[in-house]
Amino acid sequence: MPWRRPSGGEGRSAFVFLLPWLIGIVFLTTLPMVGSFVLSFTNYDLLSTPHWVGLQNYERMMFYDPRYIKSLEVTTTYVLVSVPLAVAVALVIAVALSKQTRSANTFRSIFYLPSLLGGSVAIGVLWRQIFGSTGLVNMVLGGLGFQTTSWIGDPRYALWTLILLHVWQFGAPMVIFLAGVRQIPKDIVDASVMDGASPVQRFFRITLPLLSPLILFNLVMQTITAFQAFVPAYVISNGSGGPVDSTLFYTLYLYLEGFRNFHMGYAMAMAWVLLAIIAVFTAISFYASRFWVYYES
Amino acid sequence: MTTTTETAPRALRHYGKLALLVAVALVMGYPLLWLISSSFKPESLIFTEPGLIPDQFTLSNYIEGWNKLGLPFGAFLLNSVIICLLAIVGNLFSCSLAAYAFARLKFPFSKFAFALMLATLMLPFHVTILPQYIVFQRLGVVNTIVPLVLPKFFAVDAFMVFLLVQFIRGIPRDLDQAAEMDGCNRYQIFWYIIFPVCRPALVLVAIFTFLWTWNDFFAQLIYLGSLENYTAPLALNLFIDATSGESAWGMLFAMSVITLLPLFVLFMLFQRQIAEGIATTGLKG
Repeated sequence: MPWRRPSGGEGRSAFVFLLPWLIGIVFLTTLPMVGSFVLSFTNYDLLSTPHWVGLQNYERMMFYDPRYIKSLEVTTTYVLVSVPLAVAVALVIAVALSKQTRSANTFRSIFYLPSLLGGSVAIGVLWRQIFGSTGLVNMVLGGLGFQTTSWIGDPRYALWTLILLHVWQFGAPMVIFLAGVRQIPKDIVDASVMDGASPVQRFFRITLPLLSPLILFNLVMQTITAFQAFVPAYVISNGSGGPVDSTLFYTLYLYLEGFRNFHMGYAMAMAWVLLAIIAVFTAISFYASRFWVYYES
Repeated sequence: MTTTTETAPRALRHYGKLALLVAVALVMGYPLLWLISSSFKPESLIFTEPGLIPDQFTLSNYIEGWNKLGLPFGAFLLNSVIICLLAIVGNLFSCSLAAYAFARLKFPFSKFAFALMLATLMLPFHVTILPQYIVFQRLGVVNTIVPLVLPKFFAVDAFMVFLLVQFIRGIPRDLDQAAEMDGCNRYQIFWYIIFPVCRPALVLVAIFTFLWTWNDFFAQLIYLGSLENYTAPLALNLFIDATSGESAWGMLFAMSVITLLPLFVLFMLFQRQIAEGIATTGLKG
Protein backbone atom coordinates (compact mmCIF):
# COMPACT_ATOMS: atom_id res chain seq x y z
CA MET A 1 0.00 0.00 0.00
CA PRO A 2 1.53 3.31 -1.03
CA TRP A 3 2.25 5.52 1.94
CA ARG A 4 0.39 8.79 1.88
CA ARG A 5 0.67 11.94 3.95
CA PRO A 6 -2.44 12.74 5.98
CA SER A 7 -4.52 14.71 3.55
CA GLY A 8 -4.26 18.48 3.45
CA GLY A 9 -4.28 20.91 6.29
CA GLU A 10 -0.53 20.97 6.65
CA GLY A 11 -0.51 24.73 6.31
CA ARG A 12 -3.27 24.98 8.86
CA SER A 13 -1.54 22.82 11.46
CA ALA A 14 1.72 24.67 10.80
CA PHE A 15 -0.16 27.84 11.64
CA VAL A 16 -1.34 26.33 14.91
CA PHE A 17 2.19 25.24 15.83
CA LEU A 18 3.62 28.61 14.87
CA LEU A 19 0.94 30.66 16.59
CA PRO A 20 2.94 31.49 19.75
CA TRP A 21 5.99 32.38 17.67
CA LEU A 22 3.88 34.47 15.26
CA ILE A 23 2.35 36.42 18.13
CA GLY A 24 5.85 36.93 19.51
CA ILE A 25 7.42 38.04 16.24
CA VAL A 26 4.57 40.48 15.55
CA PHE A 27 3.79 41.90 18.98
CA LEU A 28 7.08 41.51 20.83
CA THR A 29 9.57 42.06 17.99
CA THR A 30 8.25 43.68 14.81
CA LEU A 31 5.74 46.18 16.18
CA PRO A 32 8.06 47.24 19.02
CA MET A 33 10.78 47.77 16.40
CA VAL A 34 8.49 49.96 14.32
CA GLY A 35 7.47 51.77 17.48
CA SER A 36 11.01 52.35 18.62
CA PHE A 37 12.04 53.55 15.17
CA VAL A 38 9.24 56.09 15.07
CA LEU A 39 9.79 57.17 18.66
CA SER A 40 13.50 57.66 17.98
CA PHE A 41 12.43 60.81 16.08
CA THR A 42 10.57 62.19 19.08
CA ASN A 43 11.11 63.54 22.54
CA TYR A 44 9.41 61.17 24.93
CA ASP A 45 9.65 61.18 28.72
CA LEU A 46 7.27 58.24 29.37
CA LEU A 47 4.59 60.60 30.74
CA SER A 48 3.61 63.33 28.30
CA THR A 49 2.78 62.66 24.66
CA PRO A 50 5.84 62.20 22.49
CA HIS A 51 6.48 65.09 20.17
CA TRP A 52 8.19 65.00 16.84
CA VAL A 53 11.69 66.41 16.66
CA GLY A 54 12.86 64.91 13.37
CA LEU A 55 16.54 64.03 13.27
CA GLN A 56 17.34 65.99 16.41
CA ASN A 57 18.13 62.91 18.56
CA TYR A 58 20.54 61.61 15.95
CA GLU A 59 22.13 65.03 15.50
CA ARG A 60 22.56 65.41 19.23
CA MET A 61 24.24 62.04 19.37
CA MET A 62 26.68 62.85 16.62
CA PHE A 63 27.49 66.49 17.31
CA TYR A 64 26.33 67.73 20.70
CA ASP A 65 26.75 64.93 23.21
CA PRO A 66 30.33 64.40 24.37
CA ARG A 67 29.15 61.68 26.81
CA TYR A 68 27.69 59.74 23.93
CA ILE A 69 30.91 60.01 21.94
CA LYS A 70 32.80 58.95 25.05
CA SER A 71 30.56 55.90 25.50
CA LEU A 72 31.12 54.97 21.88
CA GLU A 73 34.86 55.32 22.35
CA VAL A 74 34.87 53.28 25.57
CA THR A 75 32.77 50.51 24.04
CA THR A 76 34.78 50.35 20.83
CA THR A 77 38.03 50.11 22.78
CA TYR A 78 36.50 47.38 24.91
CA VAL A 79 35.34 45.40 21.87
CA LEU A 80 38.48 45.88 19.77
CA VAL A 81 40.84 44.83 22.57
CA SER A 82 38.95 42.22 24.54
CA VAL A 83 37.33 40.26 21.70
CA PRO A 84 40.49 39.44 19.70
CA LEU A 85 42.37 38.73 22.95
CA ALA A 86 39.71 36.38 24.28
CA VAL A 87 39.42 34.58 20.93
CA ALA A 88 43.21 34.24 20.64
CA VAL A 89 43.56 32.83 24.14
CA ALA A 90 40.63 30.50 23.49
CA LEU A 91 42.32 29.25 20.32
CA VAL A 92 45.71 28.64 21.89
CA ILE A 93 44.24 26.85 24.91
CA ALA A 94 41.91 24.77 22.72
CA VAL A 95 44.85 23.58 20.63
CA ALA A 96 46.82 22.80 23.80
CA LEU A 97 43.86 20.76 25.07
CA SER A 98 43.21 18.96 21.80
CA LYS A 99 44.04 15.49 23.12
CA GLN A 100 40.99 14.05 24.81
CA THR A 101 42.48 12.95 28.10
CA ARG A 102 41.05 13.14 31.58
CA SER A 103 43.35 16.01 32.52
CA ALA A 104 42.28 17.86 29.36
CA ASN A 105 38.65 17.51 30.42
CA THR A 106 39.44 18.84 33.88
CA PHE A 107 41.23 21.85 32.40
CA ARG A 108 38.33 22.40 30.02
CA SER A 109 35.92 22.58 32.96
CA ILE A 110 38.11 25.00 34.91
CA PHE A 111 38.52 27.27 31.90
CA TYR A 112 34.86 27.15 30.99
CA LEU A 113 33.44 27.94 34.41
CA PRO A 114 34.14 31.72 34.34
CA SER A 115 32.17 32.04 31.07
CA LEU A 116 29.22 30.47 32.75
CA LEU A 117 29.34 32.66 35.83
CA GLY A 118 30.87 35.76 34.27
CA GLY A 119 27.75 37.68 33.35
CA SER A 120 26.38 37.62 36.86
CA VAL A 121 26.26 40.45 39.34
CA ALA A 122 28.15 38.28 41.84
CA ILE A 123 31.19 38.21 39.56
CA GLY A 124 30.91 41.96 39.06
CA VAL A 125 30.99 42.33 42.83
CA LEU A 126 34.02 40.05 43.04
CA TRP A 127 35.84 42.01 40.33
CA ARG A 128 35.03 45.25 42.05
CA GLN A 129 36.73 44.04 45.20
CA ILE A 130 39.69 42.40 43.46
CA PHE A 131 40.61 45.63 41.68
CA GLY A 132 39.50 47.99 44.42
CA SER A 133 41.98 49.93 46.54
CA THR A 134 41.96 47.30 49.32
CA GLY A 135 41.51 44.46 46.86
CA LEU A 136 43.26 41.22 46.17
CA VAL A 137 45.45 42.62 43.38
CA ASN A 138 46.80 45.37 45.64
CA MET A 139 47.29 42.92 48.49
CA VAL A 140 49.52 40.82 46.23
CA LEU A 141 51.28 43.78 44.59
CA GLY A 142 51.79 45.47 47.96
CA GLY A 143 53.12 42.26 49.44
CA LEU A 144 55.65 42.07 46.62
CA GLY A 145 56.68 45.66 47.25
CA PHE A 146 55.05 47.25 44.21
CA GLN A 147 53.17 50.50 44.09
CA THR A 148 49.42 50.06 44.58
CA THR A 149 46.53 52.11 43.26
CA SER A 150 42.76 51.85 43.04
CA TRP A 151 42.45 50.16 39.68
CA ILE A 152 38.72 50.75 39.34
CA GLY A 153 38.97 54.25 40.78
CA ASP A 154 41.54 55.45 38.28
CA PRO A 155 40.19 56.45 34.86
CA ARG A 156 43.41 55.24 33.24
CA TYR A 157 42.92 51.65 34.40
CA ALA A 158 39.19 51.11 35.07
CA LEU A 159 38.31 50.03 31.54
CA TRP A 160 41.24 47.59 31.49
CA THR A 161 39.91 45.73 34.52
CA LEU A 162 36.70 45.18 32.53
CA ILE A 163 38.68 44.03 29.50
CA LEU A 164 40.47 41.57 31.76
CA LEU A 165 37.11 40.34 33.01
CA HIS A 166 36.04 39.68 29.43
CA VAL A 167 39.24 37.86 28.56
CA TRP A 168 38.84 35.80 31.74
CA GLN A 169 35.68 34.46 30.11
CA PHE A 170 37.35 32.87 27.08
CA GLY A 171 35.73 29.51 27.88
CA ALA A 172 32.75 29.72 25.53
CA PRO A 173 34.77 30.30 22.33
CA MET A 174 37.29 27.74 23.61
CA VAL A 175 34.61 25.04 23.70
CA ILE A 176 33.66 25.84 20.11
CA PHE A 177 37.32 25.67 19.02
CA LEU A 178 37.78 22.39 20.88
CA ALA A 179 34.95 20.82 18.90
CA GLY A 180 36.62 22.10 15.72
CA VAL A 181 40.12 20.91 16.62
CA ARG A 182 38.80 17.42 17.27
CA GLN A 183 37.26 17.30 13.80
CA ILE A 184 40.55 17.93 11.99
CA PRO A 185 41.14 14.72 10.01
CA LYS A 186 43.87 12.68 11.61
CA ASP A 187 45.42 11.60 8.30
CA ILE A 188 46.21 15.20 7.37
CA VAL A 189 48.06 15.66 10.66
CA ASP A 190 49.81 12.29 10.30
CA ALA A 191 50.88 13.06 6.76
CA SER A 192 52.37 16.38 7.82
CA VAL A 193 54.29 14.69 10.64
CA MET A 194 55.66 12.21 8.07
CA ASP A 195 56.71 15.15 5.94
CA GLY A 196 58.63 16.53 8.88
CA ALA A 197 56.44 19.53 9.72
CA SER A 198 57.22 21.08 13.09
CA PRO A 199 54.38 21.69 15.56
CA VAL A 200 54.58 25.41 14.81
CA GLN A 201 54.31 24.76 11.08
CA ARG A 202 51.42 22.40 11.69
CA PHE A 203 49.63 25.05 13.74
CA PHE A 204 49.95 27.70 11.04
CA ARG A 205 49.55 25.50 7.97
CA ILE A 206 46.88 23.04 9.11
CA THR A 207 45.12 23.95 12.35
CA LEU A 208 44.72 27.65 11.70
CA PRO A 209 43.30 27.41 8.15
CA LEU A 210 40.97 24.56 9.08
CA LEU A 211 39.71 26.48 12.10
CA SER A 212 39.35 29.80 10.30
CA PRO A 213 35.56 29.48 9.81
CA LEU A 214 35.24 29.02 13.57
CA ILE A 215 37.55 31.96 14.23
CA LEU A 216 35.22 34.11 12.14
CA PHE A 217 32.18 32.70 13.93
CA ASN A 218 33.66 33.34 17.38
CA LEU A 219 34.82 36.84 16.46
CA VAL A 220 31.39 37.80 15.16
CA MET A 221 29.44 36.29 18.06
CA GLN A 222 31.79 37.74 20.67
CA THR A 223 31.66 41.15 19.02
CA ILE A 224 27.86 41.17 19.04
CA THR A 225 27.71 40.29 22.74
CA ALA A 226 30.60 42.59 23.72
CA PHE A 227 28.88 45.61 22.16
CA GLN A 228 25.93 44.89 24.44
CA ALA A 229 27.95 44.37 27.64
CA PHE A 230 26.22 45.98 30.60
CA VAL A 231 26.40 44.15 33.92
CA PRO A 232 30.13 44.41 34.69
CA ALA A 233 30.28 48.13 33.95
CA TYR A 234 27.08 48.77 35.89
CA VAL A 235 28.19 46.87 38.97
CA ILE A 236 31.80 48.01 39.03
CA SER A 237 31.00 51.68 38.53
CA ASN A 238 27.90 51.61 40.74
CA GLY A 239 25.71 52.37 37.76
CA SER A 240 27.54 55.60 36.93
CA GLY A 241 30.02 54.57 34.24
CA GLY A 242 32.72 56.36 36.19
CA PRO A 243 35.38 57.30 37.08
CA VAL A 244 35.10 60.24 34.66
CA ASP A 245 32.97 58.15 32.29
CA SER A 246 35.87 55.78 31.69
CA THR A 247 33.56 52.75 31.94
CA LEU A 248 30.49 54.37 30.42
CA PHE A 249 29.53 51.46 28.17
CA TYR A 250 27.12 52.13 25.34
CA THR A 251 24.25 50.17 26.88
CA LEU A 252 24.92 51.70 30.28
CA TYR A 253 24.55 55.19 28.83
CA LEU A 254 21.44 54.03 26.99
CA TYR A 255 20.01 52.78 30.28
CA LEU A 256 20.87 56.02 32.08
CA GLU A 257 19.33 58.18 29.36
CA GLY A 258 16.20 56.06 29.02
CA PHE A 259 15.42 55.07 32.58
CA ARG A 260 17.14 57.64 34.77
CA ASN A 261 16.80 60.80 32.68
CA PHE A 262 13.61 59.60 30.90
CA HIS A 263 14.96 60.56 27.48
CA MET A 264 13.20 57.58 25.92
CA GLY A 265 13.31 58.91 22.37
CA TYR A 266 17.03 59.51 22.63
CA ALA A 267 17.61 56.06 24.12
CA MET A 268 15.70 54.50 21.23
CA ALA A 269 17.78 56.40 18.72
CA MET A 270 20.84 55.03 20.52
CA ALA A 271 19.44 51.49 20.27
CA TRP A 272 19.00 51.91 16.51
CA VAL A 273 22.52 53.21 16.04
CA LEU A 274 23.75 50.21 18.06
CA LEU A 275 21.87 47.91 15.72
CA ALA A 276 23.46 49.69 12.75
CA ILE A 277 26.95 49.46 14.28
CA ILE A 278 26.56 45.75 14.92
CA ALA A 279 25.22 45.19 11.41
CA VAL A 280 28.14 47.10 9.87
CA PHE A 281 30.70 45.22 11.98
CA THR A 282 29.16 41.91 11.02
CA ALA A 283 29.06 42.84 7.35
CA ILE A 284 32.70 43.95 7.40
CA SER A 285 33.72 40.73 9.14
CA PHE A 286 31.98 38.61 6.55
CA TYR A 287 33.37 40.66 3.66
CA ALA A 288 36.92 40.56 5.04
CA SER A 289 36.58 36.85 5.73
CA ARG A 290 36.82 36.16 1.98
CA PHE A 291 40.51 36.96 2.27
CA TRP A 292 41.38 34.79 5.23
CA VAL A 293 38.73 32.18 5.92
CA TYR A 294 39.42 28.86 4.30
CA TYR A 295 36.47 26.69 3.31
CA GLU A 296 36.94 23.13 2.22
CA SER A 297 34.97 22.64 -0.93
CA MET B 1 70.43 8.19 18.37
CA THR B 2 67.80 10.13 16.49
CA THR B 3 65.10 8.88 18.87
CA THR B 4 66.77 10.44 21.91
CA THR B 5 67.22 13.80 20.25
CA GLU B 6 63.58 13.67 19.22
CA THR B 7 62.07 12.59 22.55
CA ALA B 8 63.88 15.19 24.61
CA PRO B 9 62.23 18.21 23.00
CA ARG B 10 58.93 16.33 22.88
CA ALA B 11 58.99 15.73 26.64
CA LEU B 12 60.02 19.33 27.11
CA ARG B 13 57.14 20.47 24.97
CA HIS B 14 54.75 18.23 26.87
CA TYR B 15 55.79 19.58 30.26
CA GLY B 16 55.97 23.11 28.91
CA LYS B 17 52.40 22.80 27.73
CA LEU B 18 51.30 21.30 31.02
CA ALA B 19 53.02 24.08 32.96
CA LEU B 20 51.27 26.67 30.80
CA LEU B 21 47.89 25.04 31.36
CA VAL B 22 48.41 24.75 35.11
CA ALA B 23 49.52 28.38 35.30
CA VAL B 24 46.49 29.57 33.35
CA ALA B 25 44.19 27.36 35.43
CA LEU B 26 45.60 28.82 38.65
CA VAL B 27 45.13 32.40 37.48
CA MET B 28 41.64 31.59 36.19
CA GLY B 29 40.48 29.67 39.21
CA TYR B 30 42.05 31.80 41.92
CA PRO B 31 39.46 34.61 42.01
CA LEU B 32 36.60 32.13 42.43
CA LEU B 33 38.37 30.13 45.13
CA TRP B 34 39.33 33.35 46.87
CA LEU B 35 35.69 34.49 46.76
CA ILE B 36 34.56 31.29 48.45
CA SER B 37 37.33 31.33 51.02
CA SER B 38 36.82 35.03 51.83
CA SER B 39 33.14 34.47 52.47
CA PHE B 40 34.16 32.29 55.43
CA LYS B 41 36.72 34.75 56.80
CA PRO B 42 36.06 37.39 59.41
CA GLU B 43 35.85 40.82 57.76
CA SER B 44 39.24 42.00 59.02
CA LEU B 45 41.12 39.08 57.50
CA ILE B 46 39.70 39.52 53.97
CA PHE B 47 41.86 42.60 53.47
CA THR B 48 45.04 41.26 54.94
CA GLU B 49 45.11 37.67 53.82
CA PRO B 50 45.40 36.73 50.17
CA GLY B 51 45.71 33.03 51.05
CA LEU B 52 42.92 30.55 50.48
CA ILE B 53 42.79 28.69 53.78
CA PRO B 54 41.15 30.90 56.41
CA ASP B 55 43.00 31.21 59.72
CA GLN B 56 39.70 31.76 61.40
CA PHE B 57 36.64 30.08 59.99
CA THR B 58 33.31 31.83 60.51
CA LEU B 59 29.74 31.57 59.25
CA SER B 60 28.78 35.03 60.48
CA ASN B 61 28.97 36.51 56.97
CA TYR B 62 26.28 34.12 55.84
CA ILE B 63 24.08 34.62 58.89
CA GLU B 64 24.32 38.41 58.96
CA GLY B 65 24.24 38.82 55.19
CA TRP B 66 21.11 36.70 54.92
CA ASN B 67 19.15 39.20 57.02
CA LYS B 68 20.87 42.41 55.97
CA LEU B 69 18.38 43.80 53.48
CA GLY B 70 15.15 43.92 55.49
CA LEU B 71 13.92 40.74 53.87
CA PRO B 72 15.71 37.43 54.26
CA PHE B 73 17.89 36.72 51.24
CA GLY B 74 15.84 33.57 50.65
CA ALA B 75 12.96 35.77 49.50
CA PHE B 76 15.07 37.14 46.64
CA LEU B 77 16.29 33.68 45.73
CA LEU B 78 12.69 32.47 45.66
CA ASN B 79 11.73 35.31 43.30
CA SER B 80 14.60 34.33 41.01
CA VAL B 81 13.55 30.67 41.12
CA ILE B 82 9.93 31.48 40.26
CA ILE B 83 10.94 33.64 37.30
CA CYS B 84 13.37 30.97 36.09
CA LEU B 85 10.82 28.15 36.31
CA LEU B 86 8.15 30.11 34.45
CA ALA B 87 10.70 31.13 31.80
CA ILE B 88 11.70 27.47 31.36
CA VAL B 89 8.09 26.30 31.00
CA GLY B 90 7.44 29.10 28.50
CA ASN B 91 10.49 28.36 26.40
CA LEU B 92 9.95 24.59 26.36
CA PHE B 93 6.36 25.06 25.24
CA SER B 94 6.66 27.82 22.66
CA CYS B 95 10.07 27.05 21.17
CA SER B 96 9.39 23.35 20.64
CA LEU B 97 6.08 24.08 18.89
CA ALA B 98 7.70 26.57 16.53
CA ALA B 99 10.71 24.33 15.96
CA TYR B 100 8.49 21.41 14.95
CA ALA B 101 6.72 23.54 12.35
CA PHE B 102 10.02 24.88 10.96
CA ALA B 103 11.68 21.47 10.85
CA ARG B 104 8.84 19.29 9.59
CA LEU B 105 5.87 21.10 8.09
CA LYS B 106 5.34 22.70 4.71
CA PHE B 107 3.62 26.04 4.80
CA PRO B 108 3.51 29.19 2.72
CA PHE B 109 6.41 31.59 3.26
CA SER B 110 8.21 28.98 5.37
CA LYS B 111 11.63 30.05 4.09
CA PHE B 112 10.91 33.69 4.77
CA ALA B 113 9.60 32.92 8.28
CA PHE B 114 12.68 30.84 9.06
CA ALA B 115 15.02 33.56 7.79
CA LEU B 116 13.13 36.08 9.91
CA MET B 117 13.56 33.86 12.96
CA LEU B 118 17.31 33.56 12.30
CA ALA B 119 17.62 37.32 11.77
CA THR B 120 16.29 37.96 15.27
CA LEU B 121 19.32 36.05 16.60
CA MET B 122 21.50 39.07 15.93
CA LEU B 123 19.07 41.72 17.07
CA PRO B 124 20.30 43.65 20.12
CA PHE B 125 17.48 43.32 22.63
CA HIS B 126 17.70 47.04 23.40
CA VAL B 127 15.87 47.77 20.17
CA THR B 128 12.79 45.92 21.36
CA ILE B 129 12.99 46.18 25.13
CA LEU B 130 12.49 49.96 25.28
CA PRO B 131 9.16 49.98 23.39
CA GLN B 132 8.15 46.76 25.17
CA TYR B 133 8.68 48.60 28.42
CA ILE B 134 6.33 51.36 27.29
CA VAL B 135 3.64 48.80 26.37
CA PHE B 136 3.98 46.92 29.65
CA GLN B 137 3.88 50.21 31.51
CA ARG B 138 0.60 51.11 29.75
CA LEU B 139 -0.77 47.68 30.67
CA GLY B 140 0.12 48.43 34.28
CA VAL B 141 2.30 45.36 34.79
CA VAL B 142 5.63 47.07 35.41
CA ASN B 143 6.86 46.07 38.86
CA THR B 144 5.48 42.56 38.42
CA ILE B 145 7.17 39.52 36.93
CA VAL B 146 4.81 39.50 33.91
CA PRO B 147 7.13 41.42 31.52
CA LEU B 148 10.02 39.10 32.42
CA VAL B 149 8.10 35.88 31.93
CA LEU B 150 5.33 36.47 29.40
CA PRO B 151 7.61 36.88 26.32
CA LYS B 152 9.05 33.41 26.94
CA PHE B 153 5.66 31.91 26.06
CA PHE B 154 5.96 33.44 22.59
CA ALA B 155 9.24 31.92 21.44
CA VAL B 156 11.29 35.12 21.53
CA ASP B 157 14.52 33.21 22.28
CA ALA B 158 15.46 32.45 18.69
CA PHE B 159 18.55 30.55 19.86
CA MET B 160 16.34 27.97 21.50
CA VAL B 161 14.10 27.61 18.45
CA PHE B 162 17.16 27.20 16.25
CA LEU B 163 18.69 24.59 18.55
CA LEU B 164 15.47 22.56 18.52
CA VAL B 165 15.05 22.89 14.74
CA GLN B 166 18.53 21.45 14.27
CA PHE B 167 17.73 18.61 16.63
CA ILE B 168 14.36 17.73 15.06
CA ARG B 169 15.93 17.73 11.59
CA GLY B 170 18.22 14.98 12.83
CA ILE B 171 15.34 12.74 13.90
CA PRO B 172 14.59 10.11 11.22
CA ARG B 173 11.38 10.84 9.35
CA ASP B 174 10.53 7.13 9.45
CA LEU B 175 9.49 7.69 13.02
CA ASP B 176 6.86 10.28 12.05
CA GLN B 177 5.72 8.17 9.13
CA ALA B 178 5.26 5.06 11.24
CA ALA B 179 3.13 7.06 13.64
CA GLU B 180 1.12 8.43 10.73
CA MET B 181 0.46 4.93 9.46
CA ASP B 182 -0.85 4.12 12.91
CA GLY B 183 -3.31 6.97 12.49
CA CYS B 184 -1.67 9.74 14.45
CA ASN B 185 -2.42 13.29 13.39
CA ARG B 186 0.28 15.97 13.48
CA TYR B 187 -0.53 17.09 16.98
CA GLN B 188 -0.26 13.53 18.24
CA ILE B 189 2.98 13.01 16.32
CA PHE B 190 4.40 16.10 17.94
CA TRP B 191 3.26 15.25 21.43
CA TYR B 192 3.85 11.49 21.48
CA ILE B 193 6.85 11.15 19.16
CA ILE B 194 8.85 14.33 18.59
CA PHE B 195 8.54 15.94 22.00
CA PRO B 196 9.75 12.87 23.95
CA VAL B 197 12.53 12.13 21.44
CA CYS B 198 13.74 15.74 21.78
CA ARG B 199 14.44 15.30 25.44
CA PRO B 200 18.22 15.89 25.27
CA ALA B 201 17.67 19.15 23.38
CA LEU B 202 14.84 20.17 25.69
CA VAL B 203 17.09 19.61 28.69
CA LEU B 204 19.60 21.94 27.05
CA VAL B 205 16.92 24.57 26.45
CA ALA B 206 15.89 24.31 30.10
CA ILE B 207 19.50 24.61 31.32
CA PHE B 208 20.32 27.64 29.19
CA THR B 209 17.04 29.34 29.97
CA PHE B 210 17.82 28.87 33.64
CA LEU B 211 21.40 30.19 33.31
CA TRP B 212 20.43 33.29 31.35
CA THR B 213 17.39 34.11 33.41
CA TRP B 214 19.24 33.61 36.67
CA ASN B 215 22.04 35.90 35.49
CA ASP B 216 19.82 38.42 33.74
CA PHE B 217 20.11 41.90 35.18
CA PHE B 218 19.09 44.57 32.68
CA ALA B 219 15.46 43.45 32.29
CA GLN B 220 15.06 42.78 36.01
CA LEU B 221 16.57 46.17 36.78
CA ILE B 222 14.06 48.07 34.67
CA TYR B 223 10.98 46.00 35.45
CA LEU B 224 11.26 45.21 39.16
CA GLY B 225 10.94 48.24 41.38
CA SER B 226 10.11 47.18 44.91
CA LEU B 227 12.11 45.18 47.39
CA GLU B 228 9.52 42.38 47.75
CA ASN B 229 9.85 41.37 44.11
CA TYR B 230 13.60 41.86 43.84
CA THR B 231 15.59 38.95 42.46
CA ALA B 232 18.94 37.73 43.77
CA PRO B 233 21.06 39.84 41.35
CA LEU B 234 19.11 43.01 42.20
CA ALA B 235 19.45 42.27 45.90
CA LEU B 236 23.21 41.78 45.53
CA ASN B 237 23.49 45.08 43.74
CA LEU B 238 21.41 46.79 46.42
CA PHE B 239 23.78 45.31 48.98
CA ILE B 240 26.62 47.41 47.60
CA ASP B 241 24.70 50.62 48.28
CA ALA B 242 23.02 49.46 51.48
CA THR B 243 26.26 48.60 53.20
CA SER B 244 27.87 51.89 52.22
CA GLY B 245 31.23 51.40 50.64
CA GLU B 246 33.79 48.86 51.57
CA SER B 247 32.58 47.84 54.97
CA ALA B 248 30.67 44.65 54.26
CA TRP B 249 32.59 42.67 51.69
CA GLY B 250 32.34 39.51 53.76
CA MET B 251 28.55 39.51 53.71
CA LEU B 252 28.45 40.55 50.08
CA PHE B 253 30.77 37.67 49.21
CA ALA B 254 28.72 35.21 51.21
CA MET B 255 25.53 36.17 49.35
CA SER B 256 27.45 36.15 46.05
CA VAL B 257 28.52 32.58 46.71
CA ILE B 258 24.89 31.66 47.40
CA THR B 259 23.67 33.16 44.11
CA LEU B 260 26.46 31.44 42.19
CA LEU B 261 25.80 28.08 43.83
CA PRO B 262 22.83 27.01 41.64
CA LEU B 263 24.84 27.81 38.50
CA PHE B 264 27.76 25.84 39.83
CA VAL B 265 25.63 22.81 40.72
CA LEU B 266 23.97 22.88 37.31
CA PHE B 267 27.38 23.05 35.68
CA MET B 268 28.60 20.04 37.65
CA LEU B 269 25.52 18.00 36.78
CA PHE B 270 25.29 18.87 33.09
CA GLN B 271 28.86 19.71 32.08
CA ARG B 272 28.84 17.48 29.00
CA GLN B 273 25.48 18.67 27.71
CA ILE B 274 26.42 22.31 28.24
CA ALA B 275 29.73 21.95 26.43
CA GLU B 276 28.17 20.04 23.54
CA GLY B 277 25.34 22.52 23.30
CA ILE B 278 27.81 25.38 22.99
CA ALA B 279 29.97 23.53 20.50
CA THR B 280 27.11 22.61 18.17
CA THR B 281 25.04 25.75 18.27
CA GLY B 282 27.42 28.47 19.35
CA LEU B 283 25.19 29.40 22.27
CA LYS B 284 26.97 31.90 24.42
CA GLY B 285 27.98 30.68 27.84
